[in-house]
Amino acid sequence: MTVPSGRHPRPVDEIATIVSHDLVNREYRHMTVRGSAALAAGMPGQFYQIACSPARADIPYLRRPFSLYAARPDDAEIEFLYKVTGEGTRSLALMAPGDPMRILGPLGHGYRLAPHWKHVAVVGRGVGLATLHPLVAAAHARGIGVTLIVSARDAALVPPLPTGPDGIEIHVVTDAAGTSDPARVEALLRDLVRQGRCDAFLTCGSARLLRVQQTLAAEYGLDGQVAMEQQMACGLGMCFCCVRDFRGAGGIVHKRVCWDGPVFDLMDAVA
Amino acid sequence: MIDMQVSIGGLRLKNPVMPASGTFAEGLGDVFDLDRLGALVLKTITRAPRTGNPLPRVAEATSGMLNAIGIPSAGARDFLHDHLPHYRRWKAPLVVSISAPTAMAFAELAAMVDVPGIAAIEANISCPNLEADGRAFAMHAAGTERAVRAVRRATRLPLWVKLSPNVGDIAEIARAARDGGADALVVANTVLAMAIDTRTFRPRLGNVMGGLSGPAIKPIVLRQVYQCARAVDLPIIGCGGIATAEDAAEYMLAGATAVQVGTATFVNSRAMIEILEGLERYGAAHDLARIADLTTSGLFPSTVHKDA
Ligand SMILES: Cc1cc2nc3c(=O)[nH]c(=O)nc-3n(C[C@H](O)[C@H](O)[C@H](O)COP(=O)(O)OP(=O)(O)OC[C@H]3O[C@@H](n4cnc5c(N)ncnc54)[C@H](O)[C@@H]3O)c2cc1C
Ligand SMILES: Cc1cc2nc3c(=O)[nH]c(=O)nc-3n(C[C@H](O)[C@H](O)[C@H](O)COP(=O)(O)O)c2cc1C
Ligand code: FES
Repeated sequence: MTVPSGRHPRPVDEIATIVSHDLVNREYRHMTVRGSAALAAGMPGQFYQIACSPARADIPYLRRPFSLYAARPDDAEIEFLYKVTGEGTRSLALMAPGDPMRILGPLGHGYRLAPHWKHVAVVGRGVGLATLHPLVAAAHARGIGVTLIVSARDAALVPPLPTGPDGIEIHVVTDAAGTSDPARVEALLRDLVRQGRCDAFLTCGSARLLRVQQTLAAEYGLDGQVAMEQQMACGLGMCFCCVRDFRGAGGIVHKRVCWDGPVFDLMDAVA
Repeated sequence: MIDMQVSIGGLRLKNPVMPASGTFAEGLGDVFDLDRLGALVLKTITRAPRTGNPLPRVAEATSGMLNAIGIPSAGARDFLHDHLPHYRRWKAPLVVSISAPTAMAFAELAAMVDVPGIAAIEANISCPNLEADGRAFAMHAAGTERAVRAVRRATRLPLWVKLSPNVGDIAEIARAARDGGADALVVANTVLAMAIDTRTFRPRLGNVMGGLSGPAIKPIVLRQVYQCARAVDLPIIGCGGIATAEDAAEYMLAGATAVQVGTATFVNSRAMIEILEGLERYGAAHDLARIADLTTSGLFPSTVHKDA
C-alpha cells in the first residue's frame, strides 16, 4: 500500500506527449501537453518538473520547473507558458508536437482562496503571469472579483491575458510607457484597498512589487500569497537545493520552495 | 520467479535496490510505494543542527550534476522526535546515515540513533575529520579505521561504511573499514569537482567545490567497487551513476551485493522502481534463480566468491 504524505493531488512521473507548441510573442512560448488525468489534476500555483529534451536524451541533465498555466483534467491536458532564458528552455523550445516528454507533477502547494474574500488584487510581472493565469480563472469561478495588474517591459511582451470571464478588471503597466514603477503600482493598489476592493494580494514574478504589497498588506491588515522561484533539482523536497530565507516564528528560517511552497504567505517571504 | 532477496551482513533485504543518502525523502512516497524498495536510506544527520552551504547548491554537468548541499540537519534530537516517526510509516528497513567531526562524536551519535525501528547505521565518513586537519576520514586509512571502530563499539546495529571515491587506493580504505568492524561498504560518495561560469567569472557552486554525481561517474565508481570486492570479503553496496537495470546489473557483476540510486531519481522519480522491475526481467532472461547469483556465481570471472 502506498503511504502518501496526505497531499492532494498526488504527483505522477510519466512520459506525456506534446500536443502543441507555439511562439506567442518574441520571448514567450505556449505548450500543451497530454498525459494522464492525474497529471492534469494540477491546481493554480502548482508546478511541474519537465525534462527539456526528447525522452531519452539527457542534455540538459536536470529537469526544469514550470508553473501550471491551464489544466483540463477531462482532456488530460495541461498548458505551460514559458520564456526562453538559457540552455534548458532553449532545448525545450526545440521540442515539437508529437514528441514524448518526461514530466513530474503536479507539485508543491498552490494558492489557497479563502472563503471570505470578495475581491482580490492579482499582481504579476513578466512570465510570472503564467503562474497567476489559472488563479484568475479559479477566483472568478468562486465568485471572487479580480483586479489583475500585469507588468511588462513593453506592450508586445504582455503575455496572453485571461479572456472570457467578465468582472475581471485588467491594468497593463509597462516600462516602455513609464507606468510600471513600484510607486505607480502602489498608488493603483492603494486606490483598490480604499474602495474596499482588495481583501488579499496574490502575486508572482517581481521582488519590487512583492515589497510594495507587503507594505500595503501590513498597513491595512490584508491577506496575501506569493509564488517564489528557486533553482530546483528534484522538485520533491529531497535534495535541499531550493531553500530560501523566510520569516518564521523564531526569526529567519530556510524553507524548500518545492516542498513548503512554491506559494507562501505574503508576509513570510523575504523579497 | 526469480528470488530478489539479498543479504547485507546478516540483514535480509527483499531486493537489492535502495535510495542513496541525501537523494530521498518522504515526498517520493507520493510517486510510488516505498515499501517496494529493499531498504530506505535517510539523509545524513549530524548531532547539532546545521544550516548547510550557501547558494547555489547545485550545478548541472554533462550527464550529471554537482552538489554542495552541505548536510543541512535539524540535529539528532529533532530527527528522532520529528522526522523518524514519518519514516516509520513504511515497513522497508530504515538505514540512518550519520556524520560527525571526530571519532568520539561519531560514536556518540551512533549510540543516540540506535533506537527501535532502525535496521542499520550508515557511517558517512566523507566529512572533514577535525583531528586530521579537516581531511575527510575516508581519505586516509587510519582515520577510517578509528571512526569505524568507535561506531562499532557504540552500537550493535549492522554498520555500513560509506567510502569516498576521492582516494588513490580505495582497497586500502576498504581494508581499514573492515578492520574497524564494518559489516558492509557503500561505494561510493560523490567525486570532488567544480565548475566556473565563464560569463560571470564566478564559481557555479556557492561552496566553490562540490560533488559530482550521476551517470558521469559510473565507470569510475564501478572500478572502485571491483577493487573493493577483490580486497575485502564484505558485502558491497554499489552507488554511483546508476540509472537503469543494466547499470545495476553491471555493479553486481563487478562485486556489489546491492545498489543505491541517487541522482537518477531527480530526473525520473520512478527510476528505482524501473531498475527493480528491469533487474527481475534481466535475471529471468539470463535464467538466474537468484539475483544474488550476479554477485556470487562468478558470471564475471574476476570477482572473489562471497556468500550473499
Ligand atoms: C516553481 C517555479 C515555477 C516556474 N514557472 C515558470 C513558468 O511558468 N514559465 C517560465 O518561463 N518560467 C518559470 N519558472 C522559471 C524557470 O524554471 C526557469 O526560467 C528555467 O529553469 C530556466 O532554465 P534554463 O536552463 O533555460 O536557464 P539557465 O539560466 O541556463 O538555468 C541554469 C540553472 O538555473 C536554474 N534557473 C534559472 N532561472 C531560474 C528561475 N527563474 N527559477 C528557477 N530556476 C532557475 C535552471 O533551472 C537551471 O538549473 C519557474 C520556476 C519555478 C521555481
Ligand atoms: C543532492 C545530493 C545530496 C547528497 N547528500 C548526501 C548525504 O547527505 N550523505 C551521503 O552520504 N551522501 C550524499 N549524497 C551522495 C549520494 O548519496 C551518492 O553517494 C552519490 O550521489 C552518487 O550516487 P548517484 O550517482 O546515484 O547520485 C548526496 C548526493 C546528492 C546529489
Ligand atoms: S528541488 Fe530538491 S528539495 Fe526542492
